[in-house]
Amino acid sequence: MRPAWAPDTGRSTISGGYTEQMAVTPDRSVETSRDAGSVTFGVTAAPLDVQAVAGLVARDSDGAVATFVGLVRDHNAGRAVRWLDYEAFVPLALKAFEQIGGEAAEKWPDTRLAIHHRTGRVEIGEASVAIAAASPHRAHAFAACRYAIERVKQIAPIWKHEHFEGGEVWIEGATADPADDTARTAALERACT
Amino acid sequence: MHVTIRLFARLRELAGTAELARQVPDGASAQDAWNALVAEFPAMKDYGGSISCAVNEDYSRLTTPLHDGDEVAFLPPVSGG
Repeated sequence: MRPAWAPDTGRSTISGGYTEQMAVTPDRSVETSRDAGSVTFGVTAAPLDVQAVAGLVARDSDGAVATFVGLVRDHNAGRAVRWLDYEAFVPLALKAFEQIGGEAAEKWPDTRLAIHHRTGRVEIGEASVAIAAASPHRAHAFAACRYAIERVKQIAPIWKHEHFEGGEVWIEGATADPADDTARTAALERACT
Repeated sequence: MHVTIRLFARLRELAGTAELARQVPDGASAQDAWNALVAEFPAMKDYGGSISCAVNEDYSRLTTPLHDGDEVAFLPPVSGG
């Protein structure tokens, strides 16, 4: 079923399919990764469960899982925010998450990432994104988790439509360029300092 | 040749639709398709320096040549997280 916020692309079976499949549960059958079992990514209209996301990546050999939960806050740029509507280009977002997972695995080979992002209307206090990084060692888990959220903000084809007291506005941040090494380096620096 | 143009977020709103079917000349690039789009929807002009594009659901350069049947998506600056 196509959520009311979603653009009518004539492809509701595809986006709806993702919506149904991407519900975050520890059930391995919902994984979307091309490397199933090691990295998991999702885009979903359903509420996020960070514990379930963490459960997708933690193994017996891991000593740490670092998680990040992005929340919808009640203010932005001096405006009283009522809610956010997230729109995503789902297949490309999943590819972007896979790229981020690959970059993290290259930098921290013992670390695995899960990234799940909400779409549709997300209320104040609800999670918009949940990320988990599992590693034998906490330093790599923390770094990979921070790196992942920085990269999500840089290259994931996802947009927030802010509904505030008195109006609405599309928030526009970075021009997405997955091949931009300067942005990638900036994300690494933030992750490692 | 025939291409499908997909639009998101504010670009979608400016066009009033998420998807357009358009003809572009043989040899046209994604940039050419964007230029034609701006001619049709002048309010999009300000996005010329900040869009990304994806051809057939892969991030691509605006210089990418298009082929008959391609889907080209234009993406305003992103704001996930």
